[in-house]
Amino acid sequence: MATVKLGFIVQRPPYKSENPKLALTHAIASQSVEMYLNDGDLVTADLAFVGDGVLNCLKNQKAMDKYGLTSTESHIKSALMLDLSVMVCKEDLERFGLSEDDVVLDAEEFGADMVTKVVPYSEIAKMMEDSNHLLFF
Amino acid sequence: MGKLTIGCFSSLIGSMSLDFAVKLAGAAIEKGHKVDFWVSGNGTMLSIKAQRPFKDYSFLEKPVKELVAKGMQITACEACAEARGYHKEETMEGFKRHSMDWYLASTFDADRVLHIGGE
Repeated sequence: MATVKLGFIVQRPPYKSENPKLALTHAIASQSVEMYLNDGDLVTADLAFVGDGVLNCLKNQKAMDKYGLTSTESHIKSALMLDLSVMVCKEDLERFGLSEDDVVLDAEEFGADMVTKVVPYSEIAKMMEDSNHLLFF
Repeated sequence: MGKLTIGCFSSLIGSMSLDFAVKLAGAAIEKGHKVDFWVSGNGTMLSIKAQRPFKDYSFLEKPVKELVAKGMQITACEACAEARGYHKEETMEGFKRHSMDWYLASTFDADRVLHIGGE
């Protein structure tokens, strides 16, 4: 029995490219990876938004209204619902004049217990050190 | 010998990242390593068969088929391919199509994961 930890680092802004959405959908896919592995083996996914990537976490996105597309916000809520760890870099939020009040913090409407953590970069660096592999989006 | 998992999300045309990733896979296989290769997003363009070679555009069908014959596993994200109109019947021989969990599962026993993001 073993666990491999993947760190998904999202540094690109939303909607300009497909990268942030692919980061989220790949991280969410960690929930069904067991079918390829032996019993007891796991691959886990931790998500961190840094740099311009913190803009993915803004509340009240209108992608569905304007483009008929699932918003990045909705994908973040799905990640929380599936108990993935979601971190947002505090310093990078502040660089945009944003705070915890501006970002998706929970998915209570889906019954999620997990919440988004706005953390100093040092905590994200720790997560990266603890990961077996890092995937930058 | 080790196992290398490569994920590449860049398109066949418009970026040289896939060219680099396929060359790297070839070098690893020549050294006796096992290679799993995942394409997602615009990278699924690599999976289309009957690519026509032009000198001005990347053409990777031939090297990919040669690497598959040498044991490389190569898989395209099925949803990403379908969203772009790349259907199963247009997929290059030797290319598999799976959901994203295939990539994550491949990382489980990989010695190194090289993830090359999209454009």
